[in-house]
Amino acid sequence: MTKDNVQESTVQKERSMVLQKQLIGDYYDSLGRAHEEGKRVVSTFVPGNLTELLRSFDLLPILPEINALQSGMRKLSANFIAEAEKHGHSEDVCTYVKCDIGMLKLGNVGPTGVKLPNPDLLLLSYTGCFTFLKWFELLRQEYQCPVAMLHVPYLANGRIEPHHVDYVVQQLRTEVIPKLEQVSGRRYDEARLSEMLALSAKAEDDFVWVLESAKNEPSPIDAYFGGVYYIGPIFTAFRGTSEGVEYYRVLREEIAERIKLGLGPVTPEGTMERQRYRLVVEGPPNWTSFREFWKMFYDEGAVIVASSYTKVGGLYDRGFRHDPNRPLESLAEYCLGCYTNLGLPARVDLLERYIREYRADGFMINSVKSCNSFSVGQLLMLRQLEQRTGVPGGFIESDLVDPRYFSPANIKNRIESYLQMLEQRRTAGVTA
Amino acid sequence: MNPELEQILSRAQTLYEDVDYKAVAEWKSCAPGRRAIGYMPIYVPRELIHAAGMLPVGIFGGGDRLEIIRGDAYFQSYICHIPRSTIELAISGRLDMLDGMLFPSICDVIRNLSGMWTMLFPGRYVRYVDLPQNYDARVGGEFWRRELTAMRADMARLAGGEISDQNLRNSIRIYNQNRRAIRELYQARSESPWLFPIAQVYAVLRAGSVLPPEEHTTMVRRYLEVASQGSTLPEDRSRVVLTGMFCEQPPLALLITLERAGCWIVDDDLLLGFRWFTGEVPEGGDAIENLAQAYLTQSVATASCYAPDGQRGRWLVDAVRQNHADGVIFCAPSFCDPALLEQPMLVAALEREHIPHTQFKYSEDTGQFAVIREQAGTFSDSIRLWSEA
Repeated sequence: MTKDNVQESTVQKERSMVLQKQLIGDYYDSLGRAHEEGKRVVSTFVPGNLTELLRSFDLLPILPEINALQSGMRKLSANFIAEAEKHGHSEDVCTYVKCDIGMLKLGNVGPTGVKLPNPDLLLLSYTGCFTFLKWFELLRQEYQCPVAMLHVPYLANGRIEPHHVDYVVQQLRTEVIPKLEQVSGRRYDEARLSEMLALSAKAEDDFVWVLESAKNEPSPIDAYFGGVYYIGPIFTAFRGTSEGVEYYRVLREEIAERIKLGLGPVTPEGTMERQRYRLVVEGPPNWTSFREFWKMFYDEGAVIVASSYTKVGGLYDRGFRHDPNRPLESLAEYCLGCYTNLGLPARVDLLERYIREYRADGFMINSVKSCNSFSVGQLLMLRQLEQRTGVPGGFIESDLVDPRYFSPANIKNRIESYLQMLEQRRTAGVTA
Repeated sequence: MNPELEQILSRAQTLYEDVDYKAVAEWKSCAPGRRAIGYMPIYVPRELIHAAGMLPVGIFGGGDRLEIIRGDAYFQSYICHIPRSTIELAISGRLDMLDGMLFPSICDVIRNLSGMWTMLFPGRYVRYVDLPQNYDARVGGEFWRRELTAMRADMARLAGGEISDQNLRNSIRIYNQNRRAIRELYQARSESPWLFPIAQVYAVLRAGSVLPPEEHTTMVRRYLEVASQGSTLPEDRSRVVLTGMFCEQPPLALLITLERAGCWIVDDDLLLGFRWFTGEVPEGGDAIENLAQAYLTQSVATASCYAPDGQRGRWLVDAVRQNHADGVIFCAPSFCDPALLEQPMLVAALEREHIPHTQFKYSEDTGQFAVIREQAGTFSDSIRLWSEA
């Protein structure tokens, strides 16, 4: 295939891709062996995850959202969701939850085919999503294991106040750390945690550099569809590890090379050649038809230069870094500052900055049925952003991991119509 | 019908049907400088509003009495109905009499609605009330005391004065009286549900969303007294607990349909915030501390609050036992995350105790009840005809 926007001859796995595949594979293998090797595992969520803290106790994190999205990408989720609905879970609620519960009911074999261990603890980092609370209450009934609850206050006005930090730190000291000590049989070791946080900050520097490389024209990355791969290690189990640092170092080198050569992002079908539209995207992607969804954009020459989804695990590009000198306070600030924990006005401010800073031609909202945390208010966000920037927005609807809610013809039609409208504006000389 | 009962019910029904909030406007017009603060389900500390001399106004959506013209344009099809009608109320000017709005942390929808309010109505007071999910007095308690203190300062500022400790203690006393009266009404209804039809109880209770608490307490007490003297004879119906309706309210016709289908409703979670505390809030001493402690230790169990003991559903089984109910009807709004995510846990708790249950969903503007009537009727019949009891 040679489409004018994609150069097939460049289809190849870059080193960072190989590295990431290896990391993820090893991670699932280590989960599979964990209990026979005497290791303890803790289930937790991506936003506000405390990976370094868990690893400082030699605990392994399991991330149900990641299991769900991986299951979605591997076409396993429909069956899991059907299983959960058979057990009385409503068709109206989050499909990540149902995918996870269905997977559990069908034997808890993870997306890579490795049977996942039952968690020894559920670390309920209640950050930016009400459903998290119910999700782990449901899991507690299934696994009959303890729960450590961490209530992260919502930043309605987008600002972290000192008492927010105090509240989270207090919970870390009185609720989370004692339960981690109990499960792991180890004492809390702040020096070890600080060492890990220093590694986190190092990886975070490179990660931000990667995200901001999209300010180049042409952009060397796709900051949404490609971005979900880039966030993988840092949002999940590899923050605070030397493997994580190495991944981002390699990734940065590769992207620096792409900039030097004037190359666009690597898509599943090769390097994207012509970039006709620079877009900002709000909302999570659809996972069940991920490649098909991405193709709808790159076939039309649309590259995503910034996205909010790549901020659900932290707003590093606005300056946050894990700080080894203030370990618990820094973890608290991290939890508080995740994208979905921000009030709607702050989310609009952020997207407006992205549209301006990344010189976007337009922005697209992918509104997912499963996630009210993201979705409620997006139609108003659309209007506000259009008013503030003069840049037109597009709106599509799908779901995270329920294939019943991905309607390819409708979505493709909307994307194409939207991009045609951008083209017409350009032809007519309309600018923001 | 007893003339006084007729009068009470007529007043309550008028307030229920009034989506223009005329009662609030009237209250404000009675004295210069009066202010009113709106709040959404489930719980906000109304005492702080009242102590500032302002009127707390419950905003529970537009029900089936409001045509949605612009509200739907703000929400995708898979989002529940209450934010649509609430936005409709606001952009149609019906909430212009409010001097502020409180959005408690019930779910992501109401949470994000607070941000929408901020963007849609710049300059109006909006507060997201982040209820603590940690119930340790030194941790969640400290956080909540701070929130309460900040809210107290905000209410004082909006009212243009201070809130004295004495005023706050007085408001706690007044709301204790209100909650006590409602608890007694619920108890009486549980004992003799044929004397307290759900449509009457609901309308009387709902009046508390727009009346000053003192006036509402009087209404509840008068209703309780007069309705207790009724001569309606008990019929052979099933005694059921309704659950799932703590936020978006069902249309009154739906509740009436359940009764007509053969159910006595002996407990429910309608307008739950009015009965939020299971006991009395201490009326002496440090009022903020008392409110904080009451929240940590005396809150009702509901889907929006974390259950640290893992005993999800215990409260529902207890409600069935205490009210001698025969079964449970899960009646949740479509797309209600808290109620629907909670439901499998509650079902499991009921099944462990062999308590019959059935379930359906509604929207606040549901207009067709034939299927619900059939389902509830079958449920009621099955209990009466085939239950072991």
